[in-house]
Amino acid sequence: MTLLDIQNLDITLSLPNGPLHVVRDVSLSLAKGEALGIVGESGSGKSMTALALMRLLPRSASCTAARMAFDGQDLPALDGPAFTAAIPGPKIGMIFQEPMTSLNPVYTIGRQMTEAAVARGLLSVPEARQKAVALLDRVGIPDPQDRMAQYPHQLSGGQRQRVMIAMTLMLDPDLLIADEPTTALDVTVQAQILDLLDDLRRERQMGLILISHDLAVVAQRTDRVAVMYMGELVEQGSAQDVLFEPRHDYTKALLAAIPRLDGPPRHAGDSAATDEVIAARDVTRRFTSRKGLFGPKRETLALDGVSLSVKRGETLALIGESGSGKSTLARILLGLDQPDAGEVRMLDRPVADLAPTDRAAFVQPVFQDPYTSLNPRRRLAEIIARPLVLRDEGDRASRLAAVEEAMERVRLPARLLHAYPSQLSGGQRQRVAIARALVTRPQALICDEPTSALDVSVQAQILDLLDELRRDMGLTCLLVTHDMAVVHEVADRIAVMYRGRIVEEGSAEAVLSNPSNDYTARLLAAAPRFGETAEDRQVAR
Amino acid sequence: MSTTDTTLPPVTAERRMTPAEMFRQRMFGHRGFLLGAGLMLLIVLIAIFAPLLAPHDPFTQTLSARMLPPVWSEGGNWDYILGTDQNGRDYLSRLIYGTRVSITIGLGAATVGMLIGVTLGVLAGYFGGWIDHGISFLLTAQLALPGLLLAMALVFIIGPSIWVVIGIVGVLHWTYYLVVTRAATQRIRSQDFVAAAAASGATSRQIIWHEILPNLLSQIIVIFTFELGIAILAESSLSFLGVGIQPPTPSWGLMIAEGKQAMFYRPWLVILPGICLFLLVIGANLMGDGLRDITSPEGRNE
Amino acid sequence: MLRYIALRGLLALLVAFTVSLAAFLLLNVAADPAQAIAGEDATPEVVETIRARYGLDRPLAVRYADWLGGVVQGDFGESYYWHKPVASLVADRADETITLAFSALAVTILIAIPLGALAALNPNSWIDRLALGVAVSAQAVPNFWLGLIMIILFAVMVPIFPVSGDDSWRHFVLPAFVLGASSVPAVMRLTRTGLIEVMGADYIRTARSKGFRGWQLLRRHALRNAILPVISVLAVQLGQKFGGSVITESIFAINGLGRLALESILGADIPTVQMLIFVFAIVFVAMNLLADILNAALDPRIRIG
Repeated sequence: MTLLDIQNLDITLSLPNGPLHVVRDVSLSLAKGEALGIVGESGSGKSMTALALMRLLPRSASCTAARMAFDGQDLPALDGPAFTAAIPGPKIGMIFQEPMTSLNPVYTIGRQMTEAAVARGLLSVPEARQKAVALLDRVGIPDPQDRMAQYPHQLSGGQRQRVMIAMTLMLDPDLLIADEPTTALDVTVQAQILDLLDDLRRERQMGLILISHDLAVVAQRTDRVAVMYMGELVEQGSAQDVLFEPRHDYTKALLAAIPRLDGPPRHAGDSAATDEVIAARDVTRRFTSRKGLFGPKRETLALDGVSLSVKRGETLALIGESGSGKSTLARILLGLDQPDAGEVRMLDRPVADLAPTDRAAFVQPVFQDPYTSLNPRRRLAEIIARPLVLRDEGDRASRLAAVEEAMERVRLPARLLHAYPSQLSGGQRQRVAIARALVTRPQALICDEPTSALDVSVQAQILDLLDELRRDMGLTCLLVTHDMAVVHEVADRIAVMYRGRIVEEGSAEAVLSNPSNDYTARLLAAAPRFGETAEDRQVAR
Repeated sequence: MSTTDTTLPPVTAERRMTPAEMFRQRMFGHRGFLLGAGLMLLIVLIAIFAPLLAPHDPFTQTLSARMLPPVWSEGGNWDYILGTDQNGRDYLSRLIYGTRVSITIGLGAATVGMLIGVTLGVLAGYFGGWIDHGISFLLTAQLALPGLLLAMALVFIIGPSIWVVIGIVGVLHWTYYLVVTRAATQRIRSQDFVAAAAASGATSRQIIWHEILPNLLSQIIVIFTFELGIAILAESSLSFLGVGIQPPTPSWGLMIAEGKQAMFYRPWLVILPGICLFLLVIGANLMGDGLRDITSPEGRNE
Repeated sequence: MLRYIALRGLLALLVAFTVSLAAFLLLNVAADPAQAIAGEDATPEVVETIRARYGLDRPLAVRYADWLGGVVQGDFGESYYWHKPVASLVADRADETITLAFSALAVTILIAIPLGALAALNPNSWIDRLALGVAVSAQAVPNFWLGLIMIILFAVMVPIFPVSGDDSWRHFVLPAFVLGASSVPAVMRLTRTGLIEVMGADYIRTARSKGFRGWQLLRRHALRNAILPVISVLAVQLGQKFGGSVITESIFAINGLGRLALESILGADIPTVQMLIFVFAIVFVAMNLLADILNAALDPRIRIG
């Protein structure tokens, strides 16, 4: 029986420079209790489709559809108040990407949980509270009774997303739409939230639409998958078919670009070299913060006696979730922050003895967000040449030659020399950042999540580029990341950080296949992956 | 290089605009900005060419022609288009020369405020910690001071002159610059391109001049335009109260004060300089609003 | 919460102290006060006599300590001009200014908040454009000129409200409008942008996805969030109304603190000027403290850190 039926949906945004068709001719349907995944990169129109269904589109958008029916009811036929009374809430519930901002900061969890049911006259206040407590308990919030009186800022991101889920369940919807529900969360939390959604929809016979940019996440938890690209639905079918027998070129490209966790790691991890290019010895870093001028002092131990060394020619992946201290360590290794205790050595010389510009010629950074790592007011030629200018190295002509060479290495066309960052795509900007890092011919690169802000298809290109540069230039590389699949792709060795300490260190093969630490094992288990490989599936048949 | 370029597909359709091109395109599409900028340009031109435009000397008193009404009223004549004041000076000429006082003081005071506010704002935003706390405290104290009252007292005690007015109005109007540049500096400082510069060995000074200030420029210009209007109004208030520009210099605020005695039967003496002030300040404000609209989306997703 | 208020109060006191010191230094160092009292044409002997009579020959630090010591006991010194204790001068005239400031604030609230809210809820409509027009024009009108135009208009053309004096509530209508108008642009713009920001927030989308629309959405989820920044700006504006009373009171002949300020400046009456600056600063600081406390009461992120 069909729960949702959308035929020929078109959405147009009117922008100052003309109309933009964000969704074109999309047809979707969903049976009762079925889970549908919608996959696409940012700007593919996947969220717009869901927002149109809920009538939550921005003012500047207009949508038309040949048919839009929910549970046999024709949606466009409903006027504003009738739609509001019937559909959003009791029929369709929705949760969003940002659990940090999706709850109102000035009201208690209890009030926000109960208000819709009470305002609709479905439940009395005590009944609603009782139901809310039961649901909070069901979604895994400890001490639900006490949480009802708390405010959103007193909860963690994962807990807030659980509250959001419980809140939509208050009205017992027939369909739950989850728009990138775990993108803003840590991987271990991600898996828990996705499992919770999966359990709930089975238990309640509820339809589920899971929207994500991550094909692996979607394929694991849904019956059917729809792939969107540039506003169009390019492929739709059972999750198995889309994963293993993709028909559209875009889906194939998307699949090929996903770093895989299965199979042996690409790098053998046989680096014979033993000299340590960069080493941290017992590095400790404390942060003290206070709220306002006289607020209470708080101390956090970001790094707790960390020792780590990167050997010549290898790629060491430093893994950990947000708050584990991995970025602080990277900043200290780059000289952007000073340790409270311990020291950093470069080629066995204390970094404190090096002038900042000499250190810069030795190690260079590549940062996560290519949109903020380039000065928007400078042209590429200036941006890439800047490390040389700061070192007072060469003259104009030789610097230009060095810039052109670096751009060629990262395969940026020379005609972009005088362009501004705003004229470039995300992937191109990350190439510029890498070119800037290479221009001083450093021995080592420290890359802090270099691909996590990029679309998957671009991610693979940047990873390949880094790998190639490492081989050609003999670079040593420290890769800070939370993404196990990326690690699998490029790392020789792996170090795992948890709460300011290194909890495990070893060759990529050993750590990935046989983690000795509990936390590493959890991290690995939580990483999204395909349920089975193509070969496995053949065997099963 | 040129040979490879020709083999590439034509870039015109796909090419994204440089920031300057984008600015120009948005500027010519913004009616408010064009109106404000047009008004400002007109008034600046009047100020520069005042001697050529004024039909009479603004200081010459013709006792036989006192309190003449404008040409459209009964008794007005084309010799004195906007009439004369109580000393028989040509009102149009005085209004034309008044642009010079307003614009000089506006530019001067807005510059003084900018130097103080931007310096403090960048220092507070960049270094943070106790420097930030100290400067923020200074800001709170400055906001608590009754500005107009203090300005009046200081101008009176020091002795009124155009330079004193510029200095005092400027010294009392830096908070807006501070608030905006401090927040913007904090935001820019946490961006990765600043970290990249620091990792390449740039000193704080090099980072502030090369990475941060260029990114503050558009915001500083926007505030400068607003402060221009605020300073012009502040000068006119001081002059109106008798503790600003002194007679016989033609300042619009002072002209309103002089016309006040006769305002019930010669209302244009008050109305005309007020309209001039209004046009100049609204020009500055429209320009500032427009500049903010034009420059504020930093083109991140453009 | 109590700790928060106590710390804010301490900070407010520190600000008031700093302001008094700054005002003292500026008034005494920027130029020779004895010369200012005596006038430009006075002979050096006269200036020296005045210097000695008012104790201006003592070191600056001693004079400030002396002044501050008096302030703590409620003694602000004697007026050079009226030859009366400054504190009683100020107390006599405070009523008018307090009435004026609060009625001006009421005018601001009545015009700016509804206009800003309507503009925010109907972006790019005629009301939004009207609100923007009002803001831009009100910002560009010299306040004293608006006052004079009102007088011309109401004295000559529609004599419903008196244009001078402070005898009845009707006397305060025009001055309150003129003084209140000066705050309309700031308050209206903030109401508008604040509400637009709130209406675009993720939690409003959440509420809409639960089926709240229109007035219910506004009342249940937008109002409290949108009102927080408005409270702060109203406090700032109310504080500035006291300082702004100088112009309004002198135009409408209201015998309040603003007029006292103008008279004492023109009479080089430094003790009175000093006390007025101090009093206005205290009012400003107190209003902001009140706003901080209100904000803390309404916003759990401040209340429960």
